[in-house]
Amino acid sequence: MANALVNVPPRARRGEVIEIKTLISHPMETGYRRSQLGTPIPRDIVRLFVCTYNGTEVFRAELHPAIAANPFFVFSTVATESGTLAFQWTGDNGFSATESAAITVD
Amino acid sequence: MSGSFVRLLAATALTLLAGTAFPGEIPQAERRSGYDFMSRETRAMQDDETANPGMLGVLEGGTLWARKTGAAGRACADCHGDARASMKGVAARYPAFDATSKRPVNLEQRINVCRTERQQAPALAYESRELLALTAFVARQSRGLPIDIAVDARVQPFLDNGRAAFYRRQGQLNLACSQCHDDNWGKRLAGNAIPQAHPTGYPVYRLEWQSLGSLQRRLRNCLVGIRAEPYEYGAPELVELELFLMWRARGMAIEAPGVRP
Amino acid sequence: MDRETTRRTFLQAAAAGLGLGAVITVTPAHATPEATQGAIRKVVGSSRVSKGRVKLELPPLSENGNTVPLTVSVESPMTPADHVRAIHVFTELNPQPDVVSFRFGPRAGLARVSTRIRLANTQTVTAIGELSDGSFWSASAAVVVTLAACLEDA
Repeated sequence: MANALVNVPPRARRGEVIEIKTLISHPMETGYRRSQLGTPIPRDIVRLFVCTYNGTEVFRAELHPAIAANPFFVFSTVATESGTLAFQWTGDNGFSATESAAITVD
Repeated sequence: MSGSFVRLLAATALTLLAGTAFPGEIPQAERRSGYDFMSRETRAMQDDETANPGMLGVLEGGTLWARKTGAAGRACADCHGDARASMKGVAARYPAFDATSKRPVNLEQRINVCRTERQQAPALAYESRELLALTAFVARQSRGLPIDIAVDARVQPFLDNGRAAFYRRQGQLNLACSQCHDDNWGKRLAGNAIPQAHPTGYPVYRLEWQSLGSLQRRLRNCLVGIRAEPYEYGAPELVELELFLMWRARGMAIEAPGVRP
Repeated sequence: MDRETTRRTFLQAAAAGLGLGAVITVTPAHATPEATQGAIRKVVGSSRVSKGRVKLELPPLSENGNTVPLTVSVESPMTPADHVRAIHVFTELNPQPDVVSFRFGPRAGLARVSTRIRLANTQTVTAIGELSDGSFWSASAAVVVTLAACLEDA
């Protein structure tokens, strides 16, 4: 299971715009590098990052090799209700990782 | 000799002397971490624990800390408990003298001593993901603490070796570490500022590597940079240089896991 | 000399000048301005792209092309009737032009994202904002990319 760090404020007021930060461990191998022997190193990247809020998608990023290793995103969402923010990363070679955080909305 | 000729000689001699870099320690008050030479954005990356990719290694190290391993079926936690308490200050003291091998060992080597002797598990390879993660986790527990290398009669000869290596010209470029890092810090090389070479952030997430790496990896990069033969990981010469660099940075705060260009 | 050879020669000369000597693997393929325009067209279709509304923040000098922090935002009320649908980022000199596409809805609150990208050379980065009314807006920023000093062997 890949390592991920997420930062979601534990509490927010209803209607407040909150900032979410996510960081996932992944080399994001571009496919353009060559090994010491000159053989190409195949591409291996995270291709998709999706954030859902109590099951509804609120943010999505479609990644290409130009996203730096250990993809990092800071984005916003409106605090609508208490519940769970879920994060999913998927990519080449069947890569899949999930993380979640709870939020209390007053 | 005419007066003007003597003046010319004197002026030439002075110019030559001025060009000579007398090796000397950076005055304590002028010591600055590599952090100070980085851009605002890179500093922000180090400071924000969710943005700092080195923290992914710390996270992984925490998992390894609790995992039972080896023939002894022991986790680090079984002997050391909560690392926040037991490992506090440890990274700030390494390299430290190891009574068994009768020479200083760095933090990575000390972790492997625990693995082989206490956990009866195979040593982790240098620069392996696991060793970097564990080292990052242990070093993180000393974040903010001042580097404090204990020097006694046993350590002194190794420290002297490290110091000699720092001031020795070597490699095809015939450069000594001191010429960049004592005499020309702050100036630019290949678009980046030359830091003073204080190992306050190790293991460090180097943007160039796109991963965590040890001080020894960075030292090997430097040796390649001056076209000198890089010592093997774990070589006594590297540990002695690490010891000297940490001693030279005494009193400066640990920043692990640092981020550097 | 075509652009690619000039760049490769410059990099090797720079490396030799620094005494590094290590081979810097310069990939032969890189996006042409045509390829970048093509990638933008694929997103935009036949619509016009107007300059403005999009704010692209990049450091003018990056310490390392492997990790360049980027923040892109579009001013918008982010209501169901009037919001940003997507922001697309492109480069002109990376091996391929697409960098990332962010997709939003009114629930985003703010159309503002930060991330870290890779830049293979000194070049211009372009961001295209797609609004709910079907209009497209753009902004560009130039970044100077430096090499790290004292590298490992390639």
